[in-house]
Amino acid sequence: MTIEAPAGTSAPPVLQADHVTKEFGGLVAVNDVSFAVPRLSIVSLIGPNGAGKTTLFNMLTGLYKPTSGRILFGERDVTRARPDVITSLGVARTFQNIRLFGAMSALENVMIGRHSRMRAGLFGSIFRPPWVRREERDVRVRARELLAYVGLRQEVFGQLAIHLSYGDQRRVEIARALASDPTVLLLDEPTAGMNPQESLALTDFMRKLRDELKLTILLIEHDMKVVMDVSERVTVLDHGEKIAEGPPAQVRAEPRVIEAYLGKQD
Amino acid sequence: MTSGVSGPNPPAGNVGELVAQLREWRAAIESRLPPWSGRALAAALIIGGILLPLFFTQTSGFLEATLIALAYVVMALGLNIVVGFAGLLDLGYVAFYALGAYSMGWFGSDFFFKEHVHVLVSGIAAHEIGIHLNFILILVCAVIICAAAGALIGLPTLRLRGDYIAIVTLAFGEIIGTLAENGTSIHVGGGQTLTAGNLGITAIDAPYFPGIGIFNSLKLRPWYWLILAIMLVVLFINLRLRDSRLGRAWVALREDEVAAVSMGIPLVRTKLKAYAIGAAFGGVAGVFLGAYYTVIDADYFAFTFSIFVLSMIIVGGLGSIWGAVLGALLLSYINYYLIPDVFNSIPHTFGLNFNLSQLSFGIFGFLLVLVMILRPQGLFPERRRKLELTEAIASDDAQLVEGGL
Repeated sequence: MTIEAPAGTSAPPVLQADHVTKEFGGLVAVNDVSFAVPRLSIVSLIGPNGAGKTTLFNMLTGLYKPTSGRILFGERDVTRARPDVITSLGVARTFQNIRLFGAMSALENVMIGRHSRMRAGLFGSIFRPPWVRREERDVRVRARELLAYVGLRQEVFGQLAIHLSYGDQRRVEIARALASDPTVLLLDEPTAGMNPQESLALTDFMRKLRDELKLTILLIEHDMKVVMDVSERVTVLDHGEKIAEGPPAQVRAEPRVIEAYLGKQD
Repeated sequence: MTSGVSGPNPPAGNVGELVAQLREWRAAIESRLPPWSGRALAAALIIGGILLPLFFTQTSGFLEATLIALAYVVMALGLNIVVGFAGLLDLGYVAFYALGAYSMGWFGSDFFFKEHVHVLVSGIAAHEIGIHLNFILILVCAVIICAAAGALIGLPTLRLRGDYIAIVTLAFGEIIGTLAENGTSIHVGGGQTLTAGNLGITAIDAPYFPGIGIFNSLKLRPWYWLILAIMLVVLFINLRLRDSRLGRAWVALREDEVAAVSMGIPLVRTKLKAYAIGAAFGGVAGVFLGAYYTVIDADYFAFTFSIFVLSMIIVGGLGSIWGAVLGALLLSYINYYLIPDVFNSIPHTFGLNFNLSQLSFGIFGFLLVLVMILRPQGLFPERRRKLELTEAIASDDAQLVEGGL
């Protein structure tokens, strides 16, 4: 690895799951999982399909409430907080199956992402005093900056999200997440559907995000090359339980991980 | 690319070429228009709207249809916020029309005969028994009552989606309708009842605005100017809301609730605002129509009314402000002018023994089916704005910031 990784465990955790369990009816999707994301680190969450990774993501972002356990953002307990509150605290995310607002332009999508940082309410919107005009102008400028930053071509800024290419949609989704000025960025399978070159570019981009925007990144990833390349720590889930955790090289050698991925070798 | 969200594919062959040609021409014309052309057109339309009644007699049927149509425009604009912007299918919109109309009845007639409240009223109303508030104050009351009721109906639907919201709102509309009908049995003290049921609350105060004339049934112009002013205010609010933080949040919730809340949009507050604002506009229209009809009868508040307003915004193009305006004008003119005044006797000329107005629901159904087949997106669909591109900051500016974010 070429970058100097911030010491994995010594940095104070910015996001933490503390003995988190999620049950859906009789199904235990996540079972007593504890893990911490250190500040300014890049952490991967891996595991076979159905291991509970996305469920854990949804709990971290407030979409699901844990059956038991706690979620901490910095010092603050956000276990029962609403998703929009968690977003405004500084946790932003993307989705596994891209969830852009299809009938909105790329620019408008990013403007939506800035919602929690804007103040205009009902009467501000109707009467549009100078500060609201300024806010609207600023959010447009900011959205354009972010779209340029994630590498979207200027010509497609105004295009509807559904008309964008797959790669551009992924870019816009990241820009939309960045628009809320997050401190933690959660990426759910960001390289899904990408070719090796694109994956490599995204890997570099994640480091750039961390270094330039001072972001902490947690990603769910299936591409082992990306995982090994980018992450300082890896947490492995299987059947809702944490089976391994540590630096990538160490996790890769773990027998239980190999078993979970390749099946038991008798 | 053919996911259909942006409308149907262009028709093939000659028609397709023609459509493409028309589009090209439109773009060419639009690019040559000066930047103030939009404002000029708006100003011309407003002035034309103000002068319109001077070309008709004070009792003209067309003028009456127009002022009723404008009241429906107000309602369509309100419903468009709930259904069009926020995507919450509301089948009980009549409830807010009723609450608005009853606000007029309660606070602007001698219905509560034990009370003696007079606020900023003049003429006969200043000496009568009952509660008599100034028309503007009644509008404010209706806005508050309806916004509260809108939020109230919003609460149980927050966890619901699509069809289920429709059912709950439908029930709410029916509850209000039934309440209006049976309000004669609900006593509010001193022998007074909540509503007059099917007998109707009558002798509604006429609005009083010095300078634009006396409001009575023989002089339509003041009524017209009043509703035109109300409609313009509501239209202005709609346009402002559409291009605002709140408007974007509504569209985001409509498109994808999960993504929207994950982007920091508070679900409950944003949805309730849509319900409350939409309801408030319905109430405003209710106040006006209550005063204009001078009677508030429980019979008016039927389910078909909700459907009528919903049809307007569907025909116009869901989510489109101009579509709502156009759809409301079109269906109102058909219902209140073309069918009863212009074409009513057509069946008789063919020797048939009925009036066209007896067929009005059939005609509406037919028109609705026609629109849905020929132009499912509505007459005036929401055109995704290319604003972002036309007011683009210089392209090199955007390049510059890339490194320095």
